Amino acid sequence: MTDTQSGLLSSQHDWSSAAARKRVKRRYAADRRLQFYGIGAIALSILLLGVLFSSLMFTGYVAFYTTKVALEVPFAADQFDKDKLGDANYRGIAKTAFLTYFPEVTSRAEQRNLVKIMSSGAPYIIRDFVVANPDRIGSTVTIQVPVSDPFDQLYKGVIPRYIDALGQDRIALFEKLQRRNVIKIEGGKAFAATDIFVNPAEIPDGDITKADLHGMVREGFAAYYPKQTSRAYQEILAEDASTQVLRAKIEAEPGIVGKTVTLMLPLAPAYDELARTGASKIVNPRFGDKAEFVWFDKLISAGAISTPFTWELFTNADSRYPELAGLAGALSGSFFALLVCFLLSFPIGIATAVYLEEFAPKNKWTDLVEVNINNLAAVPSVVFGLLGLALFINTFGLPRSAPLVGGMVLALMTLPTIIVATRAALKGVPPSIREAALGVGASKHQVMLHHVIPLSLPGILTGTIIGLAQALGETAPLLLIGMNAFIPSIENMGLTQPAMALPTQIFSWADSPERGFVSRTSAAIMVLLGFLVIMNILAVYLRRKFERKW
Amino acid sequence: MNTKTLVLSAAAVAFGSIAAAGVASAREIKIVGSSTVFPYTQAVAEEFAKKGGTAPTVESTGTGGGMKIFCQGVGEQHPDITGASRAMKKSEQELCTKNGVTEVTEVLLGYDGLSVANSRKGKKFSVSKEQLYNALAAKVPVDGKLVANPNKKWSDIDKSLPDTAILVYGPPPTSGTRDAFVELVFHESCEKAKDGYWAELKKDKDAFKKGLKSDCTAMRTDGPFIEAGENDNLIVQRLDADANAVGIFGYSFLFENQDKLQALQIGGVEPSMETIASGEYGISRPLFIYIKNAHRSVIKGMDDFIKEYVSNAAMGEGGYLSERGLVVLPKEELEKTQKAALDGKKMEATN
Repeated sequence: MTDTQSGLLSSQHDWSSAAARKRVKRRYAADRRLQFYGIGAIALSILLLGVLFSSLMFTGYVAFYTTKVALEVPFAADQFDKDKLGDANYRGIAKTAFLTYFPEVTSRAEQRNLVKIMSSGAPYIIRDFVVANPDRIGSTVTIQVPVSDPFDQLYKGVIPRYIDALGQDRIALFEKLQRRNVIKIEGGKAFAATDIFVNPAEIPDGDITKADLHGMVREGFAAYYPKQTSRAYQEILAEDASTQVLRAKIEAEPGIVGKTVTLMLPLAPAYDELARTGASKIVNPRFGDKAEFVWFDKLISAGAISTPFTWELFTNADSRYPELAGLAGALSGSFFALLVCFLLSFPIGIATAVYLEEFAPKNKWTDLVEVNINNLAAVPSVVFGLLGLALFINTFGLPRSAPLVGGMVLALMTLPTIIVATRAALKGVPPSIREAALGVGASKHQVMLHHVIPLSLPGILTGTIIGLAQALGETAPLLLIGMNAFIPSIENMGLTQPAMALPTQIFSWADSPERGFVSRTSAAIMVLLGFLVIMNILAVYLRRKFERKW
Repeated sequence: MNTKTLVLSAAAVAFGSIAAAGVASAREIKIVGSSTVFPYTQAVAEEFAKKGGTAPTVESTGTGGGMKIFCQGVGEQHPDITGASRAMKKSEQELCTKNGVTEVTEVLLGYDGLSVANSRKGKKFSVSKEQLYNALAAKVPVDGKLVANPNKKWSDIDKSLPDTAILVYGPPPTSGTRDAFVELVFHESCEKAKDGYWAELKKDKDAFKKGLKSDCTAMRTDGPFIEAGENDNLIVQRLDADANAVGIFGYSFLFENQDKLQALQIGGVEPSMETIASGEYGISRPLFIYIKNAHRSVIKGMDDFIKEYVSNAAMGEGGYLSERGLVVLPKEELEKTQKAALDGKKMEATN
């Protein structure tokens, strides 16, 4: 050993040789590479987060304002029964108020379509207003009610008024004709110049009425598409009108039978429009017809449409109608579940940690307990959900969908986090504190309760808040115990009343077909992230504020 | 008799005596079942709550899951209504009977179409059920023998179909939509085959039944068919991004996204409310709710809720359920359904 060591340090090594310099250079390069990997990794995660947040905000921000229409509602005193304010004909009241914008629409069928612009929740909004403000009966009040989802999305520019009538493959087929200069426009109509062979074999007994004129037209037109196996190009011609043209031609000049003639064949309406205007648009099928746009534009030009902030997102219960759906039920469900979770996991977690850290003897049993706590932290949350379903609901008979059960399940998940954090915090209190307290005659529980636990509380709280933040975002166990139930009312909220939670609400909205729920989902995710950020900032703040350096 | 039945019947008796005493339960109406029926039940529940009833709890558990919970017994802890995107199976009815749930009313709500659609940027074409089967089944008959699906492009199946790779996004096996698709497209193609492997096999009824289950049910797993999860909105987004991809999902998703998607015609028929209701469009299925009659007199507001569900304002032509995408029943059938639901007509044994 000594030999080699002295050998290494001896003058055999030339530290300034080219080889040595190269080695040094390589080492520095490796250092820089390591740094670069770190920066790269951070940049990548920031980029991914940025993409996530910006896509969320891009789709979600529209949910934070709602397209509303102002209704001038005259509350005539004779429409209401003082004792039963909720029972008046609010549907009729809302309809009449809305129709005052459209005195020219008188047919019942049209009125029925027209009222669909207004959200179906409008009568209930008016009812709630009257019940809350009975003194306004007798006066005319302006009430803002949301428009229905398609119009909300239309006004926000999420869905278009018109869409292309033809798919791109059809347009490509048509452009082939245009390139070959086949399409002519005469007198405001488009035609395709087509060579048609008037086949005498297809005209039995020379009787045109029996002739297969359709076949001749098709055959002639097919010559433009020799390689197409699909028959989609047949849609281009207005076939019935085209056969009329052929028939008229044969009737006018019987001599062309057996010859080929070039005819100007009319096009189907969508292609006709495409040829003349360069684009063929139809009303978005989500809307009935153009009249609805005219009505909606009238509302806009009358100044009746406004886009206030969506407070309803926080005050309304869940709904099937995106423009009415809110998070109030989910927020209260999450609140109650977290409350139960905190009340269970905080004391149990601290008690466990204090015993294990301060009192437990070191033996096989405590080792086993410790290993199991760590295992518990790694158990997938869905397993806790199954446990909750089997034990709390099926065996103990606790109600399904209730925040009480949700909180109990989440507490199981949060416990390991709190225990581990508490033990770390307890370890962080220097032994001198314990010894000093014992030295002046404090008993063991006095040492713990008067000194060690208060000193380690910031660490414990940080761990608890982080655990609760995890629980807030947990979905799988809540789905299993039924906390994804649809509850359209927020009247009964409590520990044992069925409720949604924030993540399950997101899950449910994400699965709804209505377009308005796409932005509502992103908005709900933003709200959930907002709560998570607040909780995490609180945890950091508590740690900074109360942290003690020894 | 085992103890479980004893306990259950005791519970049933106890529950019944509460009912007899005229003490209405304080619990709200509980509804479970199919995710396809879920949005419709939601809409009724919301309307019911707005009109002053106690808001029912509606939970989406899937058809099979809902049946399992529903048939668990009679009593306050068991749900009152379950939704289903297919009729109750015999085994499920037996489970119900075993647990004392004997009085069940079946209510046919209407129909739901499955749409096969692609992006408006892609090619619009028409396929037959048999062509869909040939594109998507794990095994297809070639020259009288079943082989692993060799079709890579649509044009491999039929020259008139586009010359693009088969790429279809669809629901996973756990989904009722998938069950319906397999039954309505695969099984029907196999059953209706006029020649080839399936027509030969059909001569032996038992073997055919077995073959149908083992060889005419699996979707291919070699790439062209991709399971896209339960969330139909994800499939819609995928299609928007890839013009050559085709998706399978509920009609209501097509209805809402018609500015982005176009339906493939099935056997030349475009899906629409009219073609689905008339049965002209080939891939549609009936939707049901099942009502536990023993709960009707006990759970507060249950009769009113059912009344709301089957009312013309909800289930009828132009009702609010049709606005959500339900394909409503023809008038005569609707009246029959309404009467059955209101009278609590006991359903007959299925087989």
